[in-house]
Amino acid sequence: MTNLFNYIDRSSPIHRLTGASKLVCLLTWSLAAMSGFHTPLLAILTLVSLGLFKFSKIKLKDVSFMLGFTFVFMLLNNLLIFLFSPEHGVTIYGSRTVLFKIAGPYVVTAEQLFYHLNVALKYTCTIPIVLLFVCTTNPSEFAASLNRIGVSYRISYSVALALRYIPDIQREYGDISQAQQARGIEMSKKASLVSRLKSVSGILIPLILSSMERIDTISNAMELRGFGKDPKRTWYSGRPFAKGDWIAMGLCIALLIFSFILTAVNGGRYFNPFM
Amino acid sequence: MKKFSVKTIVAIGIGAALFFVLGRFVVIPSPVPNTNISVQYGLLAFLSVVYGPVAGLLIGLIGHALIDFSYGWGIWWSWVIASGVFGLLVGFTSKATKLEEGEIGKKGLIKFNISQVICHVVCWGAVAPALDILIFSEPANKVFTQGLLAGVSNAVTTAIVGSLLCVAYAASKPKAGSLTKE
Repeated sequence: MTNLFNYIDRSSPIHRLTGASKLVCLLTWSLAAMSGFHTPLLAILTLVSLGLFKFSKIKLKDVSFMLGFTFVFMLLNNLLIFLFSPEHGVTIYGSRTVLFKIAGPYVVTAEQLFYHLNVALKYTCTIPIVLLFVCTTNPSEFAASLNRIGVSYRISYSVALALRYIPDIQREYGDISQAQQARGIEMSKKASLVSRLKSVSGILIPLILSSMERIDTISNAMELRGFGKDPKRTWYSGRPFAKGDWIAMGLCIALLIFSFILTAVNGGRYFNPFM
Repeated sequence: MKKFSVKTIVAIGIGAALFFVLGRFVVIPSPVPNTNISVQYGLLAFLSVVYGPVAGLLIGLIGHALIDFSYGWGIWWSWVIASGVFGLLVGFTSKATKLEEGEIGKKGLIKFNISQVICHVVCWGAVAPALDILIFSEPANKVFTQGLLAGVSNAVTTAIVGSLLCVAYAASKPKAGSLTKE
């Protein structure tokens, strides 16, 4: 589970924050980043998030695999945007400054490049924060934090159950898959697509039917212990808020309000240097 | 707020775990490079039929968010929400299917497949692209093409995997009224 969600146990001010306040920060931060296209703000957020990364004692090589993955994803996405709509920046920013031509409809304009810069900045200012959250929050504290920020404890408990049973189901999937392959199921590229899908079903059916038995067993056990009787519930890994938590949450909420004000003052979601 | 039954809560938890494992580790490379076939939507459709729309919604939301968390590429809210909406819609549209009583039959299967195809089209052809445009203001033709491709491939996998699961589950349940008095 530790390597699945990449939780890295170190001692830093960010690790010491409670999961609930980190979750609030993650949500407000990504909302602030998603709501607008204000380039200077996005650039500042990127720098701050990189600074926080340094602060948390998570090293670049701890997350290099995930970063590489995301980088390829971002490049592909930008490429797709350009292929599908080379003039998208022009329609957003309302002016057209041609830099050079490639072929046919593919003309590189300053507006388009600026739009791509914005899309890239949207990734770079949220991804470090998500990585930070994933690396510094213990998964078992996650459900307690959900409950703390107002999600009903029944739903939080579902999340806790999911986190608890992912390793079990993963192991069971591996066992069934090997057993079926020993019986001659072909999963590699040699088989056709439809037959591969059918052979996956050969693994899924035992996996899911046994999981449904598991659902019955667990829900009976929980019902016997009186789960869901009381309106509230305490959590083993829940912690009370400390001073740092209030400061972190206050800053992030202020950031969200600031980004809304910026949108209102700016008269739109886009920061436009071309007008 | 309506209280969930304990069984629904557990079904959401285990369902999300299954969704996660299938989405993260069961990789079937498709003929198109860089896209994998997502078997988990067949599972999601099946679980929504059995446990109802609310369970479907939460399995989709939690499962998909956990997948995004574990890849570390940020949470793709537009697609996470679309997954949840898919679970919700399938749950609503197939309320009449009597899987628990061991009946599915040709008619039930056809109904299940028509509803899942419509739900996929709504989610990937409308919900996900609309949210992409709202959040990232990406070009419309790009997101709609992407969404439609995802929708079609998901609908095909759901048709194969979901239907097989429904048949297998129905066969494992005793039929209603199968006992006779001697």
